[in-house]
Amino acid sequence: MKSFKDRTMAVWHFYRDGFRHMTWGRPLVWLILLKFFILFAILRVFFFKPVLSGLTDEERSRVVGERIIAGPDGSESPASDSYQL
Amino acid sequence: MDVILWSRIQFAMTAAYHWLFVPLTLGLAFVMAIMETLYVVRKDEFWKKTAQFWMKLFAINFAVGIATGLILEFEFGTNWSNYSWFVGDLFGAPLAIEGILAFFMEATFFAVMFFGWGKVSQRFHLASTWLTGIGATISAYWILVANGWMQNPVGTTFNPDTVRSEMASAQAFWEVATNPVAVSKFFHAVTSGWVTGGIFVVGVSAWYLLKNRHSEFAKKSILIGAIVGLVGSGAVMLSGDASGVHAAEFQPMKLAAAEGLQDGGNGAAFTIVPGVKIPKMLSILATHDPDGFVPGINDILNGYTDDEGNVVPSVADKMTMGRTALDALAVYRSAEDPGIKAEALRILNENVQYMGYGHLEKPEDVVPPVGVVFWSFRLMIGLGMLIALVLLLSLIAVWKDKLGTWKWLLVAAIVCIPLAYVTEQVGWIVAEVGRQPWTIQGLLPVNVAISSLSAGAVKTTFFLFLAIFTLFLAIEIRIMVGAIKKGPETIKE
Repeated sequence: MKSFKDRTMAVWHFYRDGFRHMTWGRPLVWLILLKFFILFAILRVFFFKPVLSGLTDEERSRVVGERIIAGPDGSESPASDSYQL
Repeated sequence: MDVILWSRIQFAMTAAYHWLFVPLTLGLAFVMAIMETLYVVRKDEFWKKTAQFWMKLFAINFAVGIATGLILEFEFGTNWSNYSWFVGDLFGAPLAIEGILAFFMEATFFAVMFFGWGKVSQRFHLASTWLTGIGATISAYWILVANGWMQNPVGTTFNPDTVRSEMASAQAFWEVATNPVAVSKFFHAVTSGWVTGGIFVVGVSAWYLLKNRHSEFAKKSILIGAIVGLVGSGAVMLSGDASGVHAAEFQPMKLAAAEGLQDGGNGAAFTIVPGVKIPKMLSILATHDPDGFVPGINDILNGYTDDEGNVVPSVADKMTMGRTALDALAVYRSAEDPGIKAEALRILNENVQYMGYGHLEKPEDVVPPVGVVFWSFRLMIGLGMLIALVLLLSLIAVWKDKLGTWKWLLVAAIVCIPLAYVTEQVGWIVAEVGRQPWTIQGLLPVNVAISSLSAGAVKTTFFLFLAIFTLFLAIEIRIMVGAIKKGPETIKE
């Protein structure tokens, strides 16, 4: 019965040897790494900042709520005069 | 062009690019799994080498396609922040399941599939190959659950405090996960991937036959590719039929636009091309009844009564109810008095299903671009049938041993590879352009889902993406063509 450490090492060796002995797959791995770099280190950091990040959930509800309540063109649309409560 | 249009174009381009890679992943996964099964069952080294070659092409496609879907999630947060907040509670669960499943299944079984030859048992390796395909398929399911909910928002309630659509219970999650639109969309999208994978294998193999290379490999690959593609074609037709019925029930405007149907009625005809119609066919497709009622664009705009006596209000009436819902929401969120709040909530709940209509400027805003949807629909069906025919003829040619003499069929199979991609893309155009102006059917139109951004900022990222995507696509095509030209050299015949 193999110990947890032996199993972990076997998995590690499996992946390590797999990457080491790659032939045609090696450029594909570099391609994936390049893509991840472009995605997370460039696009995410400089171009795709979530608009509502940094706000609390309450603030997000308020911001989105205000936009949803506003009229079709985004301007403020007060409750109808005929609104009866 | 304004920020809404630029954001839509950017999202469409990203989604279209993502969907260049997914169908081949879904289809080729099963082709190579079947080939490896033949190797394990028959103990024939030929099938091992054959499976390994298609795995190589699978890996190239996978490597270039990986994480393209992540860009869509970036765009949700940046360009579509109101929408993201609105659906955040709902989409968290399916997208988390998708992410975890995709990561663990792909990282584990994909690695075993490529690194495990000779290191793990044959059966474990075979299981890993199958599970790579099954993992990708399950992953697609959860994405389509999210998409299906946007087309038919079931199982949720609008919470005016958080301004979100929320699932109130485990039952609600079940309703979302088994949404009929999501289920039919899943089968339609996944099995269309089998068709793409099948024709890809048949087309590439046909090229080898035309070049008099790897004949045995090519013929046997065509056999497997044609079978997978034909099974996919049959399933696409069945799931397409279900999608038509669901469109008629939940998105009648999409169906009317796809048919260019201005005025509907009972026993509606199906238009093949303008001026050529099949009597009653549209009613059969939409309702499974030759005399069933199918509303046209004008019926939907003006209101109608369906076959079951249900009165569907006009769009103008829906807009009035939508504005009533928005007014009630405004009062609910600003009122301090509990009585006023309760009354506002009651009025909101009565009208909430039409809330999105309150954002429209005129009734005609609910009509999508009819020409685009109409011709995309015809292109999808026409090309789908052509590809199915080529797959069927390829199978017959293998059976009758005519592949060597039917050169025209080999050329047709090669031509069908790019056509399969066109079919996939126009299918999504029907689904997504056909549901405009809604991001979430009836609840949230695109003009409200959008973030407050400048059109210039979106334009910049659009062209940046276009350049990056084009570069990666060119790299993939170059690597893929190189691998195909090299061929399965290790196979001895």
